[in-house]
Formats: sequence, C-alpha cells, structure tokens
Amino acid sequence: MKLNELTIKEAVEGLKGKKFSSVEITKACLSQIEKHNPNINAFLTINEHAFDEAKKADEARESGSNTSLLGIPIALKDMYLTKGLRTTAASHVLENYIPQYDATVVQKLKDAGVVILGKTNHDAWAHGSSGENSDFEPTKNPWNKEYVPGGSSSGSAASVAADMAIASTGTDTGGSIRLPASFTNTVGLKPTYGLVSRYGIIAMASSLDSIGHFTKTVEDSAIYLNVTAGNDPMDATTTKNKTPNYLEDLNEGIKGLKIGVPKEYFTQGLDSNIKKNIEGAIKKFEELGAETVEISLPHTEYSLACYYIIAPSEISSNLARYDGIRYGNDRTHFGDEAVRRIILGTFTLSSGYYDAYYKKAMQVRTLIKRDFEQAFEKVDAIISPVSPTPPWKIGEKTDDPLAMYLSDALTVTANLAGIPGLAVPSGFIGDLPTGFQILGPQFSEKLLFRIGHAFEQTKERRVLDI
Amino acid sequence: MEYQVVIGLETHVELKTKSKMFCGCSADYFGLEPNTHVCPVCLGLPGALPVPNKTAIEWCVRIALALNCKISSVSKFDRKNYFYPDLPKGYQISQYDQPFGLNGWIELKDKRVRIRRVHMEEDTGKLIHADVEKNRSSLIDFNRSGVPLVEVVTEPDFENTQQVTEYLQKLRQTVRYLDVSSADMEKGDMRLEPNISLRSNTTNTTNRSNTTNDLDLPPYKVEVKNINSFRFVAKAIDEEIKRQSEILDRGETPEQETRGWDEKKGTTVSQRTKEESHDYRYFPEPDIPPVILTGDQILNIKKQIPELPDEKITRFMGKYKITDYDADILTRERSIADYFEQAVKDGSKHKLTAKQIANYIINKKPDIEKTVPAELAELILSTRGTTEISSQDLKKAIEQVLLECPKAVEDYKSGKTQVLGFITGKVRALLPPNASTEGIRELIEQALK
Repeated sequence: MKLNELTIKEAVEGLKGKKFSSVEITKACLSQIEKHNPNINAFLTINEHAFDEAKKADEARESGSNTSLLGIPIALKDMYLTKGLRTTAASHVLENYIPQYDATVVQKLKDAGVVILGKTNHDAWAHGSSGENSDFEPTKNPWNKEYVPGGSSSGSAASVAADMAIASTGTDTGGSIRLPASFTNTVGLKPTYGLVSRYGIIAMASSLDSIGHFTKTVEDSAIYLNVTAGNDPMDATTTKNKTPNYLEDLNEGIKGLKIGVPKEYFTQGLDSNIKKNIEGAIKKFEELGAETVEISLPHTEYSLACYYIIAPSEISSNLARYDGIRYGNDRTHFGDEAVRRIILGTFTLSSGYYDAYYKKAMQVRTLIKRDFEQAFEKVDAIISPVSPTPPWKIGEKTDDPLAMYLSDALTVTANLAGIPGLAVPSGFIGDLPTGFQILGPQFSEKLLFRIGHAFEQTKERRVLDI
Repeated sequence: MEYQVVIGLETHVELKTKSKMFCGCSADYFGLEPNTHVCPVCLGLPGALPVPNKTAIEWCVRIALALNCKISSVSKFDRKNYFYPDLPKGYQISQYDQPFGLNGWIELKDKRVRIRRVHMEEDTGKLIHADVEKNRSSLIDFNRSGVPLVEVVTEPDFENTQQVTEYLQKLRQTVRYLDVSSADMEKGDMRLEPNISLRSNTTNTTNRSNTTNDLDLPPYKVEVKNINSFRFVAKAIDEEIKRQSEILDRGETPEQETRGWDEKKGTTVSQRTKEESHDYRYFPEPDIPPVILTGDQILNIKKQIPELPDEKITRFMGKYKITDYDADILTRERSIADYFEQAVKDGSKHKLTAKQIANYIINKKPDIEKTVPAELAELILSTRGTTEISSQDLKKAIEQVLLECPKAVEDYKSGKTQVLGFITGKVRALLPPNASTEGIRELIEQALK
C-alpha cells in the first residue's frame, strides 16, 4: 500500500513505529496531488510550507512529542481561515485574500500536529450540492470524472477519495459534508451544532453551519473529532459541556440497539438503486443484532422549503461584509448562486414579508426539531439515504437550481434540528459510490461512530485505483 | 396658529466597560491612534464571531432598573442590516423585539416621562474625511467599532424643550450615579435623537392630559439624528417647531423624514424622506444564544444600584433639614453628595450644622479634590471669624497639644510637615467652636521651631 493511501490510524501507527516519516507521507500526498489534481481540481491552493511542516513534525516526534495527529497530512476546505495562506471561499470576491488569523479548528489541528497540504475547492461560499458553483471550475468525482463529487465540500471529499490527503475538513450547512462523502466513498461527519467551533470559518448560514470532516474510516472520524470538538470561548454557540473520548465505545457493537427507518425518507423521488442499497444496509444492521423499526418524521416534507428560507436569509446578512470596501474585489464578483441567495434572503427578511417567510420557517424548524426529539424517545438512532439520487453528470443540473436544491432534501433536516449525522459508504451503483447517513440525538456522536464502525467492519474498504 | 408640541427622544449612552461589547479589545478609543484597538471581531473579518460582554449586559440592566423598567427574563440580540462604510459586518448587532428593559419611567419636576425601552447595541467605526497624498479620502477608524452602547427610548411625552433638557440632565446624572458611563458630551458619550411633531390645538382641546394619548399623535414625525449637546437638542427642537408651524399654517402636513442638525447654519436639514427610509431586515442574531436572566441575577444587579438622586434628595431634606433646592444642588453629582455627608460628620465635632456646610459648599464651591471634608469644617470656621481669642489662650492650647502629641512633633521635625494639619485640628478642638483661627498655622509652626 502506498503511504498516501493510509488511514489516520495506520499512518499514526507507522509513524510511531518509525516505519516511515511524515516527510514521506507528505511527499506521497503531494505527488498524488501533482499527478491528479489537474484532472480532478480538488485543490485551489497548495501550502508551500507543507514539506517543512512535515519535517518539523518528524523532528518533534524525534524529540518525544506524541500529539494525536502529529505528522498527518490533511487538506482544509477553503472556507477555513488560515493565517498567511490564501483563503478564497472559492469565490472571485476573495480571490486574493490572505487571512490574519487561524480558525479555532485550524489552530487545534495545528496543535495536534497536522501537516496542511493546502486548501480545497468547493461551491463558492459553500452554496451548492455538486461543487459546480465554484468560481474556480468544478471538482470532478475521482471515481468517474464525468460525474460530480457532490457539494459543497467537493474538493475535500475528492482529495480523500483520491488519496491526495489522509483526511480533510468540510462544512455542512445543509448536507455539504454528508452528500459529497456518499458520492465519493468517504466517511463524512456533520457534528452536532455547537460541538465544533465556527470561529474563523467563513459563515454561510450561522444557525445551520456545522464544522466537520472527511476520513477514510469511521474510526479515523472519531480520532479527528477528538481533536476538533469542544467549547471555544470565541464562539458563544459552542457547548459548555466536556466532550467524551469518541473512540471509547467504538467496538461495542450494535446488538440491542433500536434503529429507526423514517418512512418519509423513502417516498417517490428516491432512486431505486439507492433504495435497494440502503435496504441492504438495514439488513446488515439486523444481522449485527440491532432492531430496526419504521418511524415517522411527519414534517419532513416542509424541511427543504424551510431550509431555503432560513439559509438564504442568514446568507444575505453574512455576505454583506464583502461590500468591496475592504476585500479587494467588489460585489460584481459574486457568482450567480450567491447573488440568487442574497436576493432571496434579502426578500424573505424584508418588512412585510418577514412574518410570512422567515418567522414561519423558524416555526416549522421547531416542529422538525420536535419530530426528531419524539423519534429519539423511541429509537437510539435513525438510518436514511443521503442523496435521493446517485451522483449526476457534470452540467446536468446547472441550469435548474431547483433540481439542485432537491438533492438536499434528506440532509437539511439534521441541520435544521441541530443533530449529528454520519455518512458511511455502503457500496457502489455501477462505478459510482453511494452511502447512507446515521442520525442521532444532539451530542450522540459516540453512538454514531459505534454504529458506523460496526457496519464498516462487515466489508472491505475499497481503495480507488486512479 | 397655536400648536401642541409632541416630542420623543432616543438617547445613546456609551458604556465605560474595560472591553468592547463582543470582543476583548479595549473599549477606550477617544483620541487614540486609529485602528490600534481592533481585532478580527470588531473589524468584522471573515469567520469572526461575537461573544457578548457580561458586564455590559449587567450595566444595561442596571440602567433599565434605575429607569423603572421591567426586565425581560429572556432577551436576545438581533441583526440590524444596512450598508455603511463604518459598519464592517454590514449589520449592527442590536436588540429588536426583546430588549433588556421595557416600560419604565423618569420622574421630572412636574411630569412623568415614560421610557418605552432600554436596549443594548454596538457602536460603529468612525469615518474621517481627509486629504491623503493630496487626494480627498475617506478613512475608517475602527477603534470605536463594537464599543457598548445603551439606547434609551422614551414615549412621545415631552411638550417643550425645558422638559427635554431636564430629562437629559437627569438621565446623564443617573448613568453617572450608576457608574456605568462617563456621559461626557465632549467625547460623544451621549448622542441624542429627538423626534418632533406638532398637533393642532383646536382639534384636541379636550385632551390635555399629562401623558400624551398615543392615539392622538400627529400623522407624521420628524426625527433629528445624532446631536451631541443638550443645547443643540433644544435649538434643533425650537427650529423644528418653527419650521413645522409654518408648514401647518399653510394648511399642509410636514413630511415624515429624518433630518440632521447643521451646527454651522443652526438649522435642521433633510437627510431622508419616508420613501427612502431603511428596511433594516431585523432578524435574531444566530451567533449569540438568547440571554436568560433569572430573578436572582436581576436582584443581584439591583443590589449594585446605589441610592439615586431622587431618594437622596428626600433623605437629605429629612436627615439634614435642608431645602429641596439645596438638596438638589448637592446631589447633582454623587461625589459632591458623598463629600457633603462626610463634611457634615466631620463638622459636627465643631458643632457646625448641616445647613452651614450645605451653604458653604453651594456658595463657595470648594475644590473637593483638594480640601478633605475634615478641613472643610475648619475653612468654614475660619471664614466665620466670630469670637476673637486671646493670643495667650491660643498659645496655651498649642503648648498643650504639643505636649500631648510628642510623636507628631517628632514627625514634624523629621520633615513630615503634613502632620501640621493633624496638630492644627487638635488645637482647634481645644478652642471654642466659633473661635477665629486666623494665623493659627503660623503660630504652631513658630512653636515647633
């Protein structure tokens, strides 16, 4: 196995056992990037200091340091502010923006010893489900380059799928981690709202933004969350509670767990192959000793409408600061999708319309939240598809924003409810990957890892032969 | 024609907290090098998030309580969206429908003015228009960006400028008593926005109640923005009354608009009409969870409120038997009121009455920074100069004190001349209370040689 194909766990073990160095893993990743990024377009910026950082990590290990991600090369979505390293939000507006500070999560990752390979492509400002809204050309699905890798965190997902990085970061406001994870055969975690700090990550919709990551395995996802989770005095919405060790229950198995299957997520519009695939997964759960029951989340049908009012409202306000006075490029540099959302959100917040749109949407949001609360009184976790369809061809939906929005129908609910969701690969439809998501109550990440890990153990991890 | 004047007032009070409203930067900005007290949060950089300042919230609640407001157990912050170069986020964090304080009042001499709301918000940066390398430029100083502001909004209860001035003086006095704002007009710590309209007297002769009936408000109002002195507020109101009367006299209705005060011309000028008015697209600030205040927390804040001028006046009149006029003057500033009370205590040893001390403070205006209250009694006695005392008696008294206090004598001789005040006091205590003490210090000094 090549070094860039390692998981975090394997890499850390090898580094500890001095089988190889961080410089060697980093080199392997950088050469993979060099070879394949021109075709995949996962990276917007390569960190020129990656090699030096790897050297430093090796030296640190030599002198006794043993931080949890020491020497692990990762990629960061270009929504994460990195001090001194260009951060664009994949938008022409911030084309040349060099941040003055690191996001809290970036700081935590640096403290844990990571090597930053570079900044990944995504839909500009994280607006999109395919990666095609990037102002710097779409990212391609490494499994089949004619197809989208899912969005918005397209480059981060592709970078892990194509073994350009050992792991990567994403943001999930309406599915932007889980959807590309399921399209690229990677594990994607959308943590509970408020578990991971948003400070220093360019805001899309502040009440929905969740800061998560892509890994090759569920176990890696837990290792990673152990670094990023927890209170941040700079983010007033982060939890005050102490966070657990997310690896703790990983091997507990799922015997006796009650897993809900929401009937509203299996209606018309769900692709038959996806349906078949997830039914297979449900069967696996039963074989592993879990009980699966049909449940109802009755307000599901309103979630997409609700989301596409709240998100643009907050977006219109969050993007106001890019007014051309301080960040180089003015407002004419916003792409079509950003403009669409700014106009939508400005409208829904306007006096006379606020009550009919924003306020109503917030009320519906409360109902959706309650749906989940009631469901979690009956079941431990919920399993559902991530995307109603498999990956689509690049260009297929770009002229139809509504069709694009519909691909978020099954993911926005977790953001509206503030609950965690873990996307786990569950096989292939043709040559394209698919996956399901496990949803749990707020702060139940440990349980989600336990379930995901149990499922993952039943099959061989498929490495992309690119 | 005669009109009834209807005035409401919005007042911004800048708090003197150590740090800004939503970040750790120093809130001190006056006269500083531009952009030296800034960070990602108050610069509104991408990714930065606001974390509310607990002290600022407590102080806002303190003001609201002092103004007899009901305190909301659940309050929240909202975003007020508008574009202006001094507003780095493109929105101001303020409070919309759930402010900290609601429905209070301020008692004026002959009227109670209702307070509609007391809320918290952040200040903006400051634009400086200057020539830079010979180019006319607009520069932005963000030192003030994010400094905590409390906005106090009244109902339209004022009928004339005198009431407005009295209200403002009282509000300024209150926030100073509460020790939450310097309320220094020169530094822009208080910014005032009156809204003025006129109601024809004839249409409303039956309704002359003390509090304005909101249903009878004129169909328009004119707001004058950002005035920074009490005098200019009065002037602006007078100008508006004149201007609006003329329009009404012609049988027209003044336009609903926002006007600015032009200091040079001494008049108000139109800034925006109703059609151009902003839609601020308020919505709940998602970056800050709602603020919950428990009964205990509110009680604790209440405990930190010192005795306020109104109570103090009543107590002074009762306890010290002084007139309301005197009590009013003595309580204008908390430091003077405290000084007065200490001086009364010290003066009682010299059998001085509170009235005598009050008179002296009011008429002679001693520098309370330089004269300690104990010395004030002596000052009063010395100026009164009633009984001349024989130099023999005086010498005797001095000798006695010097014998009784060898330590003081020793201190004086070793150079600690400040001990002279102590010795002088001791000597005076031996003399009749109304003795003239002219030259007493010199005599003691001679004796010490």
